[in-house]
Amino acid sequence: MFKLLKYDDFLERDEVSGAYRMSSEQSVRDETEKNKWKNAGFNLLKDWRLYIMLVPMIFVYIFWKYMPLYELVAVFKQGEEVEALDRAWAGFENFKYIFGIGVYKGNYHTNLFWMAFRNTFILSFYGLLFGFPFPIILALFFNEIRSNVLRSILQVCVYLPKFLSTVVVTSLLLALFRGSDVAQGQELGAVSRVLVAIIGSDRFRSEAAGGLFYSATYFRALYEISNAWEAAGYGSIVYFAAVISISPTSYEAAQIDGAGKMQQMRYVVIPNILSTVVIMLIMKIGSLLSVGYEKLYLLNPALDQQGNYEAATVVSTLANALSSGEGTSKTTAAYGMAAEMTNNLIGMILVIGANAVAKRAANVSLY
Amino acid sequence: MKRKMEVSELIFKIISYVFLILFALMCVYPMIFVLVATFSDPIAVNNNLVTLWPTSQSGGLGFSGNAFSVIVQSSQFWIYYSNTFFVTFLGTLWSMFFTIFAAYALSKRRLMGRHAWNFFLVFTMWFSAGIVASFNNFQRTGEIFARITGSGTSMYDIDLKWLVVIAMGANATNLILLRNAFEGVPSEIEEAARIDGATEFQILWQVYIPMSKATIATVALFFGVGRWNGYFWSYRIMGQGQKYNWPVQVYIRDFISLYTGLTGGEFDLETLSKNKPPHGVDWDQRTGNATAVAYAMVLLSIIPILVVYPFVQKYFAKGVNMGGVKE
Repeated sequence: MFKLLKYDDFLERDEVSGAYRMSSEQSVRDETEKNKWKNAGFNLLKDWRLYIMLVPMIFVYIFWKYMPLYELVAVFKQGEEVEALDRAWAGFENFKYIFGIGVYKGNYHTNLFWMAFRNTFILSFYGLLFGFPFPIILALFFNEIRSNVLRSILQVCVYLPKFLSTVVVTSLLLALFRGSDVAQGQELGAVSRVLVAIIGSDRFRSEAAGGLFYSATYFRALYEISNAWEAAGYGSIVYFAAVISISPTSYEAAQIDGAGKMQQMRYVVIPNILSTVVIMLIMKIGSLLSVGYEKLYLLNPALDQQGNYEAATVVSTLANALSSGEGTSKTTAAYGMAAEMTNNLIGMILVIGANAVAKRAANVSLY
Repeated sequence: MKRKMEVSELIFKIISYVFLILFALMCVYPMIFVLVATFSDPIAVNNNLVTLWPTSQSGGLGFSGNAFSVIVQSSQFWIYYSNTFFVTFLGTLWSMFFTIFAAYALSKRRLMGRHAWNFFLVFTMWFSAGIVASFNNFQRTGEIFARITGSGTSMYDIDLKWLVVIAMGANATNLILLRNAFEGVPSEIEEAARIDGATEFQILWQVYIPMSKATIATVALFFGVGRWNGYFWSYRIMGQGQKYNWPVQVYIRDFISLYTGLTGGEFDLETLSKNKPPHGVDWDQRTGNATAVAYAMVLLSIIPILVVYPFVQKYFAKGVNMGGVKE
């Protein structure tokens, strides 16, 4: 990289007079160096249309992506004045309160925060464990279907849940897993009925009668299954694209060598999709602490209202509950803000770490 | 020569066919359920008798157009429905407007500070301020809008669906998806167009957009579906105060939690009569058609997506793949 410069790199001899003069290349280089800022200004003027095109985007991002960061100042303040800036500085008191450090040990909000933080981690970790392999398996299965028409039909079907609104999905989940009320002649929800017929233990039966999504025991499992159901088809697109890009000659070569179906899987398909899998896995790990709050909010709108709140409250829904509705104030909102900020900061560290690993391992940067 | 199929291959094939067909049925079943429940007897719906066919009170086959006609005649519902159309149409247009322009500019190597711009976008994916701070910010920006338009000094003085349209459209993932697609357009074509005297906007409009149709369709669908399905922030911003601006998703949820007992909590006639007037829908809990009416609304709310989605679906594989992995 560092080449030792000799004099004839930038000097050349004039054939006629025998005098040395600066080589044209070097003079060009000097010229560019001298005019660097002038050229930058010139380019800016020449490409002004490009910069104009950025303006609407900058407007939206500054106002609704970056200005909310300014609101976080309220975390470090105390009191109830309307303007956060008018309040007295409180340092990290709100964080200490939320974490239950020192005098704040064991208060109501501390317990809530740790419960929510644990739930956030558990829900997203289970999501990774069960939700991640499912789309890959789906893509491998899709590869087996030779009829293009049938495959397209199936693909249209399995992508569909991803495009339903959270309100519709949660309403249907609540309806299909609805509890029963014998006095009014109300049966179990359609899916609950099937599950009770399959499992049928007394404990499960009584939980099902109260509505399975309101049972703290079964909430996590059902939530993860419903998430996998929602996202798997759509998630399989990436893997399926990787699988069909494998050249048929690879399979043929393997067949000639006498490889059976499982061996083809093992030695042809898996090595070829591995890089995609690794990248997606790293991305998933990076987003470990960002659980979709909309669905959880709709399944558990307020604290203490339903049986599932111990399993379903995550940090963002907790913050929402602390900042709106009855019994909340600017003070509790600041607690919520501190909780969310902790969660999101750890999440950011995970994302950056995951990206660094991806860069090192697969030589790709995801961003 | 036709190769003989091995046993393991055959088994794997059978498993994949069976599994995929079952899973596809599972994915479609909720749609069938909604359709069937809408046209079932309302009491059968309320008692969870509906499974696969329009059901009568006794659980047998029986058709009832009651819920559907109630909702079609409800002027309230159509107001919320049109709000959703408003937010989806203008919101998608607005999002596409600034996303296409920004993606085009950012795809150019000659743009200065590309790394800084990249960071500007990606940081929003790494760290978000959270629900509380975002809500405070909506309040503040809504206040600014109210002052500019001269309609008052609080966010509730303006029509909040406008705030939802303008404020909610930013999505860095979609922008990067589109930028990568634009980067894939060969620069020779651009140069040729430039020599022919095309301006920057003409190049974007007549070269880049036609050449990245798949990604543009995908991104537009993502924006559109996001707008159509948006619930949380619309509800959080408008609350109970600006009901007339609610999109239909918020209304459906509100209706379900007030009248059907589906969302849990204690459910009795007393709270019901307290909550009765606002919706103007002709239903009565004692004849029990609220749940069926809710399904009719759900059905109407998913029809537009079912209409648009198959046309765009074929672009997914192309559009999504270009995103993912690139600087």
